[in-house]
Amino acid sequence: MAEGVLILSIVVATLRAATPLLLAGLGELVAERSGVLNLGVEGMMLMGAAAGFAVRALSGNAVLGLMAAMLAGTAMAAVFALLTLRLLANQVATGLALTIFGIGLSALTGLPWAGVPAPGLAATIWPGLAHAPPALQQVLLLDPLVWVAFACVFAVDWFLRRTRAGLALRAVGESAEVAHALGTKVLRIRLAAVLFGGAMAGLAGADLSLAYTPMWAENMTAGRGWIALALVVFATWKPWRLVAGALLFGFVTIAQFQAEAFGLSLSPDLLATLPYLATIVVLVLISRDSTRLRLAAPAALGKPFRPTD
Amino acid sequence: MTNLPRRTVLTGALASPVLLTRAARAATPLKIGFVYVAPIGDAGWTYQHELGRRALQAKLGDKVKTSYVENVSEGADAERVIRQMAADGNGLIFTTSFGFMNPTIKVAHAFPKTKFEHCTGYKRAVNVATYSARFYQGRFLAGLVAGHMSKSGVIGYVAAFPIPEVVQGINATLLGARKANPKATIKVVWTSSWFDPGKERAAADTLISQGADVLTHHTDSPAVVQAGEEKGVWTLGYDSDMSKYGPKTCLTATTMIWDQYYIKRAGMVLDGTWKSTDTWGGIGDGMIKMAPLNKAVPAAVAKELDIATRAIASGRFKPFFGPVLNQAGKVAIPAGQALTDKQILSMNWFAQGVEGKI
Repeated sequence: MAEGVLILSIVVATLRAATPLLLAGLGELVAERSGVLNLGVEGMMLMGAAAGFAVRALSGNAVLGLMAAMLAGTAMAAVFALLTLRLLANQVATGLALTIFGIGLSALTGLPWAGVPAPGLAATIWPGLAHAPPALQQVLLLDPLVWVAFACVFAVDWFLRRTRAGLALRAVGESAEVAHALGTKVLRIRLAAVLFGGAMAGLAGADLSLAYTPMWAENMTAGRGWIALALVVFATWKPWRLVAGALLFGFVTIAQFQAEAFGLSLSPDLLATLPYLATIVVLVLISRDSTRLRLAAPAALGKPFRPTD
Repeated sequence: MTNLPRRTVLTGALASPVLLTRAARAATPLKIGFVYVAPIGDAGWTYQHELGRRALQAKLGDKVKTSYVENVSEGADAERVIRQMAADGNGLIFTTSFGFMNPTIKVAHAFPKTKFEHCTGYKRAVNVATYSARFYQGRFLAGLVAGHMSKSGVIGYVAAFPIPEVVQGINATLLGARKANPKATIKVVWTSSWFDPGKERAAADTLISQGADVLTHHTDSPAVVQAGEEKGVWTLGYDSDMSKYGPKTCLTATTMIWDQYYIKRAGMVLDGTWKSTDTWGGIGDGMIKMAPLNKAVPAAVAKELDIATRAIASGRFKPFFGPVLNQAGKVAIPAGQALTDKQILSMNWFAQGVEGKI
């Protein structure tokens, strides 16, 4: 029984740690499949976290907070889209600027909400939680966004592989010129993909500020946007591999804490590097075959497109 | 909230005269600058310094003019900000993070007439004083409460980095807890970051799943207190009173009160008696204070805490007093002896009963 509870808690903790990475990574994956590299994930997440928390605190409504977070992420992505798709600015530089901008703007707009306590998302959605059996409580305490994240993986995977629009999006990411010649609206598709990426990053930020640690604090994403970006490469741009990557990353983080709490005689510094070591190992493994990696990456990734007719 | 963005402070700095004559200095208020490492927020390390600044301004009124720059990173930026403050004509500058030590010394050398005060550092100069608080005294008292309130006897400790200041806190918490329950143990997990709410949260959840029923933290967010409130586990706050994040479960908190020190030192600059000193104040000096106890703490425990607080304040009782064994079972503090300040400041061992590795 004790082992069961422990294992369950490890599973729950892993899922929770993986959720923001999965949400943000999924949005970025779609944007990159359309050929746009947006390094501004961290900035969009922070704006989502700040806006989500503020609206939730003002309205008292968690769903409104989530919507505001997605809107804030989308607005940030729209700025990026304007600069890179319309004005053909360099995607890498613009993305970096977007992150720096998001860190500053979220700190500024979030100022009145710093240090305002709020109840967790799960506690507001399941009011009868206190009376449920302990094991069920553990599972229900999982924020609903965990399930949303997995539903999104299903949806995105299906969309990319099984729909016409998904095919068009992938075509745009492989060769914008060819897709354009075939009559596909390249910029419109890329705009939609970038905006989707922004909305998902905003939602990932809200997962942190509304569900995981219900509070707003400056820079509270603590680099998760960058990890999400790395996970997209790790996943070779495939949604289900992204799940594996996010879970692995979450699990190794939790395993480090579990090992330390067990009193395992290992250097804490070494344990702290484990998630990153695991990422590097997998990246080495998948890039052993360089042609396969090149085939997996969207061929037009990062390349601007100027329609000529 | 009076909130001066960095830009305002710097523009002000450029506009004001750099050199003031002695007469002008006497007529105009003493300008005092504060350099903060984090945003002020409304709890935590920097917030406590801000409370000190406000108390200083309120107490000395027209005689002083205080300003601050928040969220200054501990690197090249720090030197720029401190230098700017000195050039702005601040007569007294408080730099409130360990990482500001070298920049403070460097700028102090260039501005010999300006007085500097650096918090938690060990480098001094003719015009640089240092000050810090005996955080471990509060940790011992918090541990005492934890020892009484814990059923499992297991205290979970979310810590950032294994530096002496953190290690002191962990050992002091254990020794306090063992006064109440000789079998109490502490499980330590390291987040390798002063501020990562998500990681702190995961670490707290892990400790709860492994049987800890009182949690505390040496990190900068209230995520651990929040985790305890959500799962119904007792917590001990740090830096500030964090009870609003855990109204039902936060037992007390070790808080730092800089008000009196700041008022005293500013007064010394005003009357010309300021000297470079090294201050390490504790409960007796009012620098460390326990936040109000949770209602769930029984009266008997509250009374014991009160007695222990007074004993530490008067110096009759020292938390690091032997016999104490280290993790290997060897004598770390011989029976009947107390550690010297030097030994405390360089503490790099865990007491028996702490599970974790430095």
